[in-house]
Amino acid sequence: MPRAILYDSTICIGCKACESGCAERWGLPYNDRVAGEEYLSAHKLTAIQTHGDRFSRRLCMNCVQPACASACPVGAFQKTSLGPVVYDGSKCIGCRYCMQACPFQVPTYEWSKRLPLVRKCDMCYARQSAGKLTACAEVCPTGATKNGDRDELIAEARQRIAGKPDQYYNRIYGIKKEVGGTSVLFLSAVPFEQIGLRTNVPQEPLPETTWRVLELLPDVVSTGSVLLGGIWWITNRRAEVARKEGKRQ
Amino acid sequence: MKLRLPKITIWRAIFAAIVLSGLYATYLRVFYGLGGSTNLSDKFPWGIWVAFDVICGVGLAAGAFTLVVIVHIFAIDSYKPVLRPAILTAFLGYLLVVVGLMYDLGRPYRLWHPLVMWNPHSVMFEVAWCVTLYSTVLFLEFLPVVFEKFGLHKPLAWIHRISVPLMILGVLLSTLHQSSLGSLFLIVPEKMYPLWYSPILPLLFYVSAIAVGLAMTIFESWHSSRTFGRALELPLLASMARVLAVVLSAYLWIRFLDLTHRHVWDLLLRNRIETWLFALEIALMLVPAVLLFQAPIRRSPGKLYACAVMVVFGFIANRLNVGTTGLEAGSGTHYVPKWSEVAVTLSIVACGFAAFRMIAGYFPIFEAHSHEDGRRESEKTEEDSVSVG
Repeated sequence: MPRAILYDSTICIGCKACESGCAERWGLPYNDRVAGEEYLSAHKLTAIQTHGDRFSRRLCMNCVQPACASACPVGAFQKTSLGPVVYDGSKCIGCRYCMQACPFQVPTYEWSKRLPLVRKCDMCYARQSAGKLTACAEVCPTGATKNGDRDELIAEARQRIAGKPDQYYNRIYGIKKEVGGTSVLFLSAVPFEQIGLRTNVPQEPLPETTWRVLELLPDVVSTGSVLLGGIWWITNRRAEVARKEGKRQ
Repeated sequence: MKLRLPKITIWRAIFAAIVLSGLYATYLRVFYGLGGSTNLSDKFPWGIWVAFDVICGVGLAAGAFTLVVIVHIFAIDSYKPVLRPAILTAFLGYLLVVVGLMYDLGRPYRLWHPLVMWNPHSVMFEVAWCVTLYSTVLFLEFLPVVFEKFGLHKPLAWIHRISVPLMILGVLLSTLHQSSLGSLFLIVPEKMYPLWYSPILPLLFYVSAIAVGLAMTIFESWHSSRTFGRALELPLLASMARVLAVVLSAYLWIRFLDLTHRHVWDLLLRNRIETWLFALEIALMLVPAVLLFQAPIRRSPGKLYACAVMVVFGFIANRLNVGTTGLEAGSGTHYVPKWSEVAVTLSIVACGFAAFRMIAGYFPIFEAHSHEDGRRESEKTEEDSVSVG
């Protein structure tokens, strides 16, 4: 069963335990200066953002049909059946098409390194495979970040909204309408754009946009080669006939 | 050949300045990474090294496949004199695209990875394969020139035997990757400014590549006629210019229909940088399209050249708009290339000009004129010895 993360902005107290837990899991430095950065970067794969008196969290959405995985020319990104979208740096050529393609601007690059790689949250694939929780969910003191089965988390999110309808904006971000669904789900007290989530992303999974054209490739090649070969044969034959008739006269 | 000390001319000085700055930028790129040599960021991962060096580079080299179709598939022999220069331009163009990629890729030594690590769902994967295969095709299409030069008749006969399937393969590969460079951006529907994002980007890229391929052929014929002191094939170029006018009109018409169907014309009322750059791009295509329908303009070398230059710049403006400007608003950041990005790009262009000049001076590229003008060419001390296309 695919796993997911449910982040409930109404419970989050902005303690940033998830940030330090994540940094520890990746072996990245974490100090006051890093804690102050409210955006993702190659040394910060999740970030707590402040929006007035509310908090929000940024991390890889681990899309159900990820644009990065479809864009990557060498297949360095894979959507696992467990849910996480994993990245194999040993394949990466550094074209950064994944970064361009990601509707959430999640993949980051080690710009200052001579031989850089892409960095992004992989929803603790290794930990989850071993039956453990993601590092962020494990350290969250309030349960604002919860890790579990995706369907169960969706059911729980619905219950939370139904239980306290006045405290929640009546939608779950990431079920289906955001690029076909994500493995990170959001609950909020206010419309999602007010806590910095993107509400202008297409509803359809982004890989469809390019596949619609790519799947025409066999048609172009077969039709094109017959067409070009046919025209060449006709013009060539015409020249040949003209040559032979010229000789006879 | 007589050995001469190179004279210092204005063009050579500019060339040297560009290459020196490019070398310093290369040093920055190698030792300080992309961070130290570009203004790219996590929000704006592609700059002019992609939008110009790669995307424009491939497009500007589109003359070869267009002319192969005209000369060999449709057997219109009168276009033959410009075929070889176009193939040479394309071959050099693709080599320089690879050079540009070596700068832009984070790990250039893994350039070959897409050939063994496959992802058929990726447009970039398709582009990588097509560009690799088509560069090989261009090399084989250029080989006869080398064989002729050295009088190697056996390999010449051998390569002529496979030339037809080779040409058809080349045209197919070009069709695929010229359009696919547009498909690359289909995956950013909400990021790209609506004046440029369109589901038919691949078609627009394909048609405009054909147009710029013809324009580049006129452009380089004009330059090489000046450098090598040979006569301009004016009737041929004029007839090509008429084809160019038709292709441009078709392109602009598709563009018009596309913008109309997507209901985005009202965006032009906004006083934004996108509006002005869009207007510039369209004007640089529309003006030559109108002008080239008039016979007196097609028959005047200077005006014909000016029109070709406009088309080339219109094409570049379009690709830069799609690849950079059009993505700024959607990514919430600004991008102005760093000097070192510009220096590398200019160096690549300058080296392309220089390489074309050297090869065209040595190999029988301009077959029709190479004999009678051979002597004059070797004595020539034109001042624009470097700025030759």
